[in-house]
Amino acid sequence: MSRDDVNVVWLGSPTFPKAAHDALQDTQLRRNLKHATTTIRDKRLKAVAELDDWETLREAGSQIKDRVMRHLDEYLLQLEASVTAAGGVVHWAQDAREANAIVSKLVRAKGATEVVKIKSMATQEIGLNEALEDDGIEATETDLAELIVQLNDDRPSHILVPAIHRNRTEIRDIFKREMGKHGIAAPEDLTDEPRALAEAARVHLREKFLRAKVAISGANFACADTGTVGVVESEGNGRMCLTLPETLITVMGLEKVLPSFSDLEVFLQLLPRSSTAERMNPYTSLWTGVTPGDGPQEFHLILLDNGRTKTLADVEGRSALHCIRCSACLNVCPVYERTGGRSYGSVYPGPIGAVLTPQLVGVGTSEHADSLPFASTLCGACYDACPVRIDIPEMLVHLRAKVVDSHRGGVPKPEALAMKGAQVVFGSPRRLAMAERLGAMAGRFVGIRGGRWLPGPARKWTGARDVPVPARESFRTWWRKAGRR
Amino acid sequence: MSGSKDAILARIRSALGDVPRGEQSEDVEVTRAYVDSHATGDVVDLFVERVEDYRATVTRVGESDAPAAIARILGEHGVENLVVPPGLPEELLAAYQGSRLSDDPPLTPAELDASDGVITLAAQGIALTGTIVLDAGPGQGRRALSLVPDLHLCVVRASQVAADVPLAVRTLVPARPTTFISGPSATSDIELDRVEGVHGPRTLAVVLISG
Repeated sequence: MSRDDVNVVWLGSPTFPKAAHDALQDTQLRRNLKHATTTIRDKRLKAVAELDDWETLREAGSQIKDRVMRHLDEYLLQLEASVTAAGGVVHWAQDAREANAIVSKLVRAKGATEVVKIKSMATQEIGLNEALEDDGIEATETDLAELIVQLNDDRPSHILVPAIHRNRTEIRDIFKREMGKHGIAAPEDLTDEPRALAEAARVHLREKFLRAKVAISGANFACADTGTVGVVESEGNGRMCLTLPETLITVMGLEKVLPSFSDLEVFLQLLPRSSTAERMNPYTSLWTGVTPGDGPQEFHLILLDNGRTKTLADVEGRSALHCIRCSACLNVCPVYERTGGRSYGSVYPGPIGAVLTPQLVGVGTSEHADSLPFASTLCGACYDACPVRIDIPEMLVHLRAKVVDSHRGGVPKPEALAMKGAQVVFGSPRRLAMAERLGAMAGRFVGIRGGRWLPGPARKWTGARDVPVPARESFRTWWRKAGRR
Repeated sequence: MSGSKDAILARIRSALGDVPRGEQSEDVEVTRAYVDSHATGDVVDLFVERVEDYRATVTRVGESDAPAAIARILGEHGVENLVVPPGLPEELLAAYQGSRLSDDPPLTPAELDASDGVITLAAQGIALTGTIVLDAGPGQGRRALSLVPDLHLCVVRASQVAADVPLAVRTLVPARPTTFISGPSATSDIELDRVEGVHGPRTLAVVLISG
């Protein structure tokens, strides 16, 4: 993974068009993805259809998030006061570097050289595991999918099920090869049955849970009025981390704050049905500061900016911060389904990644990030699926314009030249007629050769698209002929 | 780092230049037109159906039959070493013959791991989602007790069952460490095939006392 000087971890893949091109050649990957996204799409539709007031819940979720964003300073200060009053310690981190340094310092203060981790997008975003490793601290991912990715030194490809690109046989091979290097080895006769694989993970991790002194988590929500923090999960690895160690460090993006504890009644309905398509996920943990005699006796909450205030400043892009990381938009996206999450290069893949990543990084600062708003067909399925009604297609168009604007001046890109050309052609009927005649001739040429690509700079465009063969005669030519009859 | 706090707050305030100066947070409208409950029919029946959907077992008994049912379930799972949280009513274990592990002084994680199971009460149940809610109240113990042992037997009273999530959330006490449990621990991380039993208890048995 490249860390360099950027605030959001890039997963070391080329820009989206190139990565997608390669991913499309991988038939195993496409099979795994198609199976997974189809399965979860169908399940989600059923789970959502059970609630006849789904649209009003979405509306409420969206409005609550809107309220939070418009008064974020107030809610964060209130959250800090509530957490502190309940015995927790709140830290503020402007960027990845600062957040990682705070975590590392806290872990070292406990004299620990290993930590257990709950799956968390925020800590992936800031490259926490790698930063801790540099400081001699081994972080073990305890979510099954994250463990698969970590053991294989692989890259995650989905927000909810990061190993969605791997099938059971690949996972068995990873466990047999890698587990022994980091603790209890997988059994010799491990089969590729999901049950057997989960059991191997249970045994491998249990020993680590029982001796861990420090755990690190993210947060799904934090309630400003009570200081209650919540983590939603399935496996129980989260509960292990939140309950057994003496010290808990939670890294939370600024935007995860909710005004009130009672708002959980909305989000505990929206999130499970949208993410795992269940009525309720197996385990939800809510904790408020420190409880004497129960769970960690030291609790640190790190509030992470890392580009979020930059995102907040763009009125039209702001609602990307409403995201509750359910990943419903990934599962319905035709582009994601075919290219997989790793093509996006960011820890945030899919439609939400295509709007969130460029904003966190800053539009116009990286070729990588700037390619993402174009990784969409604008079909709108993501908007329909989003439990907090983020208008992702609208935002993609907005960000595309920003990307184009950021490249004005200097050497124009081929698209800009093409648009300039179009402006000249469409500006006069005579020029348009001539262009149509040329097009018809070119159409014959393309048709004869059977080729579906264009030469020169236009080749990039046809690398991922077929050129429609132009008609042999234009409408106007036909009209003239038809009029004569 | 108070420097960072000030810097972040300053950035937030400058980012929100479009928000009118006098606007209060409550001025941003939130329409709560959603229903309090989606449950139809008998709430307790629904609770049983939904808990069983998660492949947990539910045993419905009257008050006087509870001790025998509890002893039978524990016996069926070969529990001979049972973790008993403080405040669990003594009569519930009247028919149980095996040994008990008291959490006073607190059991170590290794001791919990070596036990066969745990029995707890619950704070409430949620019918629509088949959820039991623990809040570390009397008879429930601290959170680790219902997590590390491989069998969790949870005693819920019919009167504790809320119809749906909004109604349940409104009765929670935020200051208490709270855990929502919907079925046994599970993962769908491998090809989205659901597997029960990862890190939490692999068996969840609910004893529902009616009346």
